[in-house]
Amino acid sequence: MIDTALFAQAAFPELMGGITLYHYLFVSAAMFGLGVIGFLARRNLIIMFLCTELMFQGAGIALIAFSRYWMNATGQVFVIFVLTIAAAEAALALGLVVYLFRRRHTLDAQAWAELSG
Amino acid sequence: MISVMQTIPATLASHAPAAAGAAHAPTAPGDSSAIWLILIPLLPLVSSILCGIYRAWGVTSKLPGYTTVLALAVSFIVTLTGYLSFGGAGVQIVHGFQWLNISWGEAHGQSLTANFSLYIDSLTWLWMLFVTGLATLIALYSTEYMSEDQKNGGYARYFSFFSLFVFAMSCLVMGDNLLLLYLGWEGVGLCSYLLIGYYYTKPAAVAAAKKAFIVNRIGDLGLALGMMLAFVEFGSLEFSEIFARVAEIQATVAAGGHVSWQIEAIPLLLMVGAFGKSAQLPLYVWLPDAMEGPTPVSALIHAATMVTAGVYLIARFLPLFALNPTSLAIVAWVGGLTALLAATIGMSQFDIKRVMAYSTVSQLGYMFLGLGVLTATGAAYHVFTHAFFKATLFLSCGAVMHGFAGQLDLRKLSGLRKLKGWGIVTLAMLVGCLCLAGFPFTSGFFSKDMILAEAFVTQGPGYQALGILALITAGMTAYYSFRVFFRVFCGPVEFHPSDDHHGDSEEEHEAHEDAEGHHGFHPHAPGWAINLVLMVLIVGSLAAAIPYFVDKENHGWVGGLVHDSTAGHLVLPTVAHGAEDAAHGAEAVAHGEGFWSDPHKWMYYVSGTIGFIGIGLAWLIHMTRRTEAATAPIADGLKNAMRPVSTWCERKWYVDEFYDIIFRYPLKILSHLFYLLDQLLVDGLVNFAGAVPRMLGRSLRPSQNGLLQSYAVGMGGGVAVILFIVWILL
Repeated sequence: MIDTALFAQAAFPELMGGITLYHYLFVSAAMFGLGVIGFLARRNLIIMFLCTELMFQGAGIALIAFSRYWMNATGQVFVIFVLTIAAAEAALALGLVVYLFRRRHTLDAQAWAELSG
Repeated sequence: MISVMQTIPATLASHAPAAAGAAHAPTAPGDSSAIWLILIPLLPLVSSILCGIYRAWGVTSKLPGYTTVLALAVSFIVTLTGYLSFGGAGVQIVHGFQWLNISWGEAHGQSLTANFSLYIDSLTWLWMLFVTGLATLIALYSTEYMSEDQKNGGYARYFSFFSLFVFAMSCLVMGDNLLLLYLGWEGVGLCSYLLIGYYYTKPAAVAAAKKAFIVNRIGDLGLALGMMLAFVEFGSLEFSEIFARVAEIQATVAAGGHVSWQIEAIPLLLMVGAFGKSAQLPLYVWLPDAMEGPTPVSALIHAATMVTAGVYLIARFLPLFALNPTSLAIVAWVGGLTALLAATIGMSQFDIKRVMAYSTVSQLGYMFLGLGVLTATGAAYHVFTHAFFKATLFLSCGAVMHGFAGQLDLRKLSGLRKLKGWGIVTLAMLVGCLCLAGFPFTSGFFSKDMILAEAFVTQGPGYQALGILALITAGMTAYYSFRVFFRVFCGPVEFHPSDDHHGDSEEEHEAHEDAEGHHGFHPHAPGWAINLVLMVLIVGSLAAAIPYFVDKENHGWVGGLVHDSTAGHLVLPTVAHGAEDAAHGAEAVAHGEGFWSDPHKWMYYVSGTIGFIGIGLAWLIHMTRRTEAATAPIADGLKNAMRPVSTWCERKWYVDEFYDIIFRYPLKILSHLFYLLDQLLVDGLVNFAGAVPRMLGRSLRPSQNGLLQSYAVGMGGGVAVILFIVWILL
């Protein structure tokens, strides 16, 4: 039987042979963390939306990395679906942001605090 | 009506003076196949439903009125045909349909049967003849009287209730079991309530309707309890069964046996129901107020028919009452005292309709006195004559009210006799007053004399004194009825319309408001329907005396009918009457010698004289030296001379105020207490249960501030906390 874990390690490209799963996970966590910080720190609706996208993609990188690590395609397929949905959702969300801007002439999220959503 | 009375001898063929009730019909009732008799109650019901449909369609013509008149007239014709076919044939039981049949065992008394069936004997015929006959006439009168309500839909509503009343009344009188009687009893009460409150925008009418309904509830409770006890004791609610059992008890009593206290309690309970419905002493207060309803309703329901339901109930169950002499004494005394009390109040009222209302209470008192002194014949005959002459009186008052814009105060109307077009009304009022006053050879004279004479003949606690009281009352009756007649119909011509323009279109009154003489008011004389009905009733009131002379052996046609019915065979447990008197039952006769020893003989002269004195006094006090409507010098002088007495009577003996103090105010205070209890305790608990979540919500509300970032922090923090816990645990 083939040791799948070793096989996975060996299969990484030669030039980047020093890169391990942990590197990918670090990038993923960094992207997610930046997204969270951006989401919490900024009030501009578009920036906040971008930050959520950043968190999304961070999670996606982690999924792909694990998928490659375990040699299981499910994670990558999952990410493809997430990307598709994110595209649709981006179109919708940006449309909403445009509407909200037209109403208040500002992109400040606090302008809508009275909705108590 | 005349043709009815001429057929009398046919009814008496079956009558034989049987001893102690054993051979009487109830033990073996003739099961009639005459199903068409069911039309008598059914036609008014159909007419009631039709009028309801007219109301929904918004019919504004006189169609509802004519439908009702037609249905009631056919009902009357069916009654008349039925009487002519079966009048002398004993008891007829007509099976309608099965209504209630509950069984919980095989033994006697373990099943409750109450069918929609009719129990028809001669007493039923008597009642149904005048109920349907008078209802037809009064419905015809109403077609004109109610005409100003055609536009607002009240016309159809009125006739719908009117027909429903006749249906309920015929259920009451014709039902073959106590439950159907009770249904009719409540039905007439409901219709009375609906019709008293007919002018429902008028607060006084609404209050009067409620009062009538509530006071009747007290009586109806007695009737309901009596009915239940009768079921427990006799094991059935059907009359044929009950009277068969009563006959058994009569046989044991005749043989010297005792009557159980449960049996003795039944008449005491039924009596309470009768006192409520027939406006007797403790419960009479609703009837005078019931005059707020339209006048034809007062004539039919509150004078001629419904209020005699109590008399019918006692007459129907007279054998049962006779088993308990105490109950008879109570009935007699309550009747006699009610007659006196109502007469004193009637003497001092100024509203002519109220005077008539109190006279009704008073005359009903006579009927109860008659029942109490065991002359069911006298009572039933007085019911019969009273139905005619009191309907005449009320309808005359109604004509006055209709023509004079609702004016009923006898101080504001005078000399109507001399106005053009009021001849028939005047004549009707005169005939009605003569009958009511007991003027010799009028119908009221004969029927009242029977009761008065019997009060002196029958042995009982203080019946002699009661007879004297009743004689005094007869004098008062003559006085107050002619007081109305002399004040309103005689004397100088003068009239003032009332504030509520009842009779005529308002524009017309205002157009004539030139303030000359009678404020430019033009009374409008009654039209053909009112005049026709009044003429028929004048003839009817006078002709009601004829039955007295038919069939002398049984004290008149009515006597024959009563004798043939369940009321004809009484057995008294007391030995005072002796066996031979008991066999005679209600028709106990004093076997004295000479003129003065037999009250039946001298009563004609004495009561006639008293009637004359009453009328003479009324003439002296209210006619002589009178120059204007508002004042009669002698009357006012007398009134001032005995001010405490007259005020006492004018304020109706303060009975309403007395009831207010002992019932209404304590109830009001109690209800306020319960209101507070409800507010503080019950509402407090409920509000506390509501306050807890509200407080919780108030403390949590700030977290929902609408700031996206704070939610994100909350979410992130929450995840962090969960992760931390997981980390600690693992």
